Amino acid sequence: MVLNLEPISVERDLLAPGHRLCAGCAETIVVRQILHAVGEPVIVASSTGCLEVATSPYPYTSWRVPWIHSAFENAASTISGVETMYRALVKRGKIEDKGLKFVVFAGDGATYDIGLQFISGAMERGHRFLYVCLNNEAYMNTGIQRSSATPFGAWTTTSPVGKETPGKTQHRKDITAIFAAHNIPFVAQAAPHAWRDLMSKAKKAIAADGPSFINVIVPCQRGWRYAPGDTIELSRLAVDTCVWSLYEVVDGEWRLNYYPNPKKPVTDWLKSQGRFQHLLKPENKHVVDILQAEVDRQWTKLLERCKVS
Amino acid sequence: MKRDPANNISVTGVPSPKSWREIPIGGVITDAGNSEEYHTGGWRSFRPIWDWQKCVNCKVCWIYCPDGSIRIRDGAVAGIDLDYCKGCGICSKECPHDAIKMIEESAAEAEAKVKQ
Repeated sequence: MVLNLEPISVERDLLAPGHRLCAGCAETIVVRQILHAVGEPVIVASSTGCLEVATSPYPYTSWRVPWIHSAFENAASTISGVETMYRALVKRGKIEDKGLKFVVFAGDGATYDIGLQFISGAMERGHRFLYVCLNNEAYMNTGIQRSSATPFGAWTTTSPVGKETPGKTQHRKDITAIFAAHNIPFVAQAAPHAWRDLMSKAKKAIAADGPSFINVIVPCQRGWRYAPGDTIELSRLAVDTCVWSLYEVVDGEWRLNYYPNPKKPVTDWLKSQGRFQHLLKPENKHVVDILQAEVDRQWTKLLERCKVS
Repeated sequence: MKRDPANNISVTGVPSPKSWREIPIGGVITDAGNSEEYHTGGWRSFRPIWDWQKCVNCKVCWIYCPDGSIRIRDGAVAGIDLDYCKGCGICSKECPHDAIKMIEESAAEAEAKVKQ
């Protein structure tokens, strides 16, 4: 699947400008890329989060496609209902089948924590939809609280840095593997700097016969503490340090999409953001060592799963 | 952002709030994508400026713009939409040909005034 920007760039964005996300926010970069890949006709559901709040402050909406939001936890249930209603109406001959596509955009809080059982349920029931997790690794919308996607050692307002704790004291959970374990047709991890990879994954996901899941890292300049222009650079660095790996699981088969060469040390990643600045102090070296060991462990595990040596 | 002191609304194009008589029943928003009416360009403190000698029209800026503010005219990059550009500087940083430079908004505005 070769993607070229020439034909895509003349298409109209399905997300209108004038939304209130921070300058340099990666969420709309990802949403624009995915909506260009998926195309109309599409129905989008969002759970509560930065994207939902910033694209729909009354009386405005940035969505040029049908869009639905009901609560924090239940975007997967909402899209299940929409998809089932559509199928039922088509089956009864009440509407014509126009090949409608269904997409969910939700944050990491809604995906990793609050909505987990709802997504799991929707995937088990086998609804045909694409679930995109916009993973900025904390509850950024409410002011940077830790989530189960927040990495080990990161500062947030609820994982403070001080004498007692060096930031978050738990590792993040591997939600992508959890959804891969649902044995759905397509699961992937992606990043906005690799737009060709991300967009081709979105195309594959939407073509899959069943639920699909894409976990996308979205650098957050407010929560991660960096200059707004560095968003794409950080996305690239996350992949090069193996903090975030690009892979896909197609019908149970794991495939690695990018092998960083050279694999950069995790300290390069820590140096780039204010949320990790405390880890650069000599007294916190042991925390960095634990983090590096975990990154290496996950990377080795991924290589084994993808049968890459 | 410049504000009109009389009614405290932006003079850069943000419409005044509607009264309840003008709002559809149930508060339904009937105009999809009407956030276009809200100009986020007023947030900007840096402005991207193109060097057209260097731009090769690769559209990398377009795919990375969070605000969809890179204008495409007749299939070619045609600069920035200042109504929405928040001045994040991603286009400038990611341009593979170093064709986009960020300058301070106040300097850009002063320059525009001199040209007039």
